[in-house]
Amino acid sequence: MFDQKVIEMILVGIKDTLYMTLVSTFFGYVLGLPMGIILNVTRKEGLRPNRIIYGIGDFICNIVRSVPFLILLILLIPFTKFVVGKSYGSTATIVPLVICAAPYIARVVESSLNEVDAGVIEAAKAMGASNLQIIFKVLLVEARVSLLTGATITTGILLGYSAMSGTVGGGGLGDIAVRYGYYRWQADIMIVTVVLLIIIFQLIQNFGTALARFIDHRKH
Amino acid sequence: MSEIEIKNLTKTFKAKDLNVTALNNINLTIEKGDIFGIIGMSGAGKSTLVRTINFLERPTDGQVFIEGVDLATLSEKELRKKRSKIGMIFQSFNLLEQKSVTDNVCFPLELAGVKKKEARQKAKELLKTVNLEEKAKVYPSQLSGGQKQRVAIARALATEPDILLCDEATSALDPQTTESILQLLKEINEKLGITIVIITHQMSVVTSICNKVAIIDNGDLVEEGAVEEIFESPKSDAAKELILDTKIRYSPLDVLEAERKVRIVFSENSAYEPVIANLILNFNAPVNILKADTRNVGGKAKGEMILGLPEGEDLQEQMISWLKERNLAVTEVKEDV
Repeated sequence: MFDQKVIEMILVGIKDTLYMTLVSTFFGYVLGLPMGIILNVTRKEGLRPNRIIYGIGDFICNIVRSVPFLILLILLIPFTKFVVGKSYGSTATIVPLVICAAPYIARVVESSLNEVDAGVIEAAKAMGASNLQIIFKVLLVEARVSLLTGATITTGILLGYSAMSGTVGGGGLGDIAVRYGYYRWQADIMIVTVVLLIIIFQLIQNFGTALARFIDHRKH
Repeated sequence: MSEIEIKNLTKTFKAKDLNVTALNNINLTIEKGDIFGIIGMSGAGKSTLVRTINFLERPTDGQVFIEGVDLATLSEKELRKKRSKIGMIFQSFNLLEQKSVTDNVCFPLELAGVKKKEARQKAKELLKTVNLEEKAKVYPSQLSGGQKQRVAIARALATEPDILLCDEATSALDPQTTESILQLLKEINEKLGITIVIITHQMSVVTSICNKVAIIDNGDLVEEGAVEEIFESPKSDAAKELILDTKIRYSPLDVLEAERKVRIVFSENSAYEPVIANLILNFNAPVNILKADTRNVGGKAKGEMILGLPEGEDLQEQMISWLKERNLAVTEVKEDV
């Protein structure tokens, strides 16, 4: 049963899963982090309140997040084809994963930044800080623990979503679990992949938690 | 040229359909080297007033001049530069929790683009000034309230400001710590010549270090002048309330019953004559000492007493003028004060 071929397939699955999860988290943040910052800055109590910009960002975030991931995956097929040239395989899966993650990340980032003490921001203003300096030297620095915790949660969610994309030929451990466990009734392979997913999830979560504790200077 | 000049300043906030006036036509001049107290009950508008001095709050009407420059005429960039020359400390300290003490003190220099090595050198000196050298490497969460405020003061001084604004800077501290922070502020004022503006609701803060005081009540500036003068003969109700209020715990006012009450203030030179004893001997009538206290006003010992006068209006008037002849500050105290 677990011959060379299957083991190799599982190893490739692990690699694909990590690739999809990490790359989509990265690009999710490339889009979501600035979006989150914009939401925080343009909200009513923000550095530069702007109802229109906040309203648009808020609307986009809510719309995208209310579409179930599986539907988004299918809806985005033409777009995915346009971006990466094909609609299946792990690289193609990254496109809907990023689109799905970005608004979620924007919300997580926004709420992390909202938590930064208004008094500290006022103090920075009183020192003559510009808004850009406040964003990069106060907001992102003071909120870093919360941001990292959010990133850990996001990575965990994307790990789960990357497994879901297996159903439409996304590759990775989820794909293996569906193909062998669901279509071929090979429960043992499915269990192995599920256990591997659990282990990967734990590693991500523990690493994130440890790192957050390490960089937090509030309660050493 | 005055260090700070506030002209016809009005600030209104919009709350739904309602306009709330936080400050109403305030005029105030603060000279270089002053330790200027702005005192009022909470909600009186004093915090808003101090925030107009560095334009964290833009006035709805009126002008703020810093060393003759109208802040409203500055561009955003110029205003930021000006702000870096106005230090500010807060009730809740507002330190960056993820930065060490040294990095907190360096922060305004970092914002101003000062080289790191230079900034660290400056931070070291400042931490020496506020007596916290040994805490250079720790993080704010490991400090007590008083220590946090010292770091905040060092941080506020990093850019060598001309003005230091203190917004209820000692309100979160216990009396001993408050005293040490106030002494530090006084030292800074004397050594560096920095003009200090102190916002507080505690009269004791004003009497212990300020030379001038303005009293804000309900958005209006009701009284202004030398601390000694206002302490001796407060004119406005708000001033009387603030001066008397701090002492209520020694003698609740409802116990102070008498037909007519006067408050007299002794200064150092008038303390030689046994005034009350002579008063009683002279008029052959008893007076009731309802409360008595001494405190330190601007380095001078001031005695304060509230007397219940005996019945008979003629006698009362005579007693009051007799007291006034002895160069004492005498004010009538009403039942409702």
